[in-house]
Amino acid sequence: MEGDIASMGQFIGAGLAAIGSGAAAIGVGHVAGNFLAGALRNPSAAGGQTATLFIGLAFAEALGIFAFLVALLLMFAV
Amino acid sequence: MAGEAQSEGGLVFHPMDQFIVKPLFGHGPVEWYTPTNVTLWMGLAVLCTIALFVLGTRGRAVIPSRVQSVAELAYGFIYKMVEDICGHDGVKYFPKIFTLFVFIIFTNYLGLLPMSFTPTSHIAVTAVLGFGVFFAVTLLGFYKHGAHFLGLFWMSDAPLILRPIIAVIEVISYFVRPVSHSIRLAGNIMAGHAVIKVFAGFAAIAAISPVSILAIVAIYGLEVLVAFIQAYVFTILTCVYLKDALHPGH
Repeated sequence: MEGDIASMGQFIGAGLAAIGSGAAAIGVGHVAGNFLAGALRNPSAAGGQTATLFIGLAFAEALGIFAFLVALLLMFAV
Repeated sequence: MAGEAQSEGGLVFHPMDQFIVKPLFGHGPVEWYTPTNVTLWMGLAVLCTIALFVLGTRGRAVIPSRVQSVAELAYGFIYKMVEDICGHDGVKYFPKIFTLFVFIIFTNYLGLLPMSFTPTSHIAVTAVLGFGVFFAVTLLGFYKHGAHFLGLFWMSDAPLILRPIIAVIEVISYFVRPVSHSIRLAGNIMAGHAVIKVFAGFAAIAAISPVSILAIVAIYGLEVLVAFIQAYVFTILTCVYLKDALHPGH
């Protein structure tokens, strides 16, 4: 009985942690969308900023990956 | 033999089974000296690197062959990145950065072959790369600038009251760097491969198998992109950290 409740908490926690992936998706979309908006206004400056774009994407995405990792840990490691 | 994922045969399989480290010969326990599937695919990545950069450019042709121009493009791409981000004095560290890039991109792409194994999907592998960069860059910063390196954490253009608070945040973010640096790569690669395996599991159900096979194709295409982007991001962040060590002034 206790094991059931514990594993229920595990699954609920993993599901809650997966929300973080959606939040990271918002962040990544924000970075890419703003880059595109800026790039269309000034296309000549866009080429030099792709590195910055990827760094921003990476930082935004890393947090989503952390959420995914927490979900994985709850599912398989706890 | 080596890269065999345990996914074949059964209708239902575990999506994380593909990441199990197995001995290459026999079924004994995995010691630190045991040749495993990780060893095999890392070795293959090294062989591919040698094939591309030693054998491929052996001709040193003025008009490069296809293989030679791939090698030259990769070299020029990373060289320009190091020069743009770290400045001229960062070019000295270009070999290390290029090695990281080539190793990561070859392990990522070899891992995309069916039945293969991706060493970079393990945090143990990427943590060595990430913490290696972290320690190298920190030691380099102290070696080059001594105590001035700590100026990295002291924002001299911020208001005086805020500076201690910003310093604390900067120190924390500095020490989280190697963690996020390594987990980003491993997490992305592991997540992508796990998603492909989950859809492969759906393909066993007859009603949705056409959809899931199409989905596997689409996700595989995405993974080809991700494999490159993650290698690129790892390298570019290495450059950014190196720049902080070489020019710590704010």
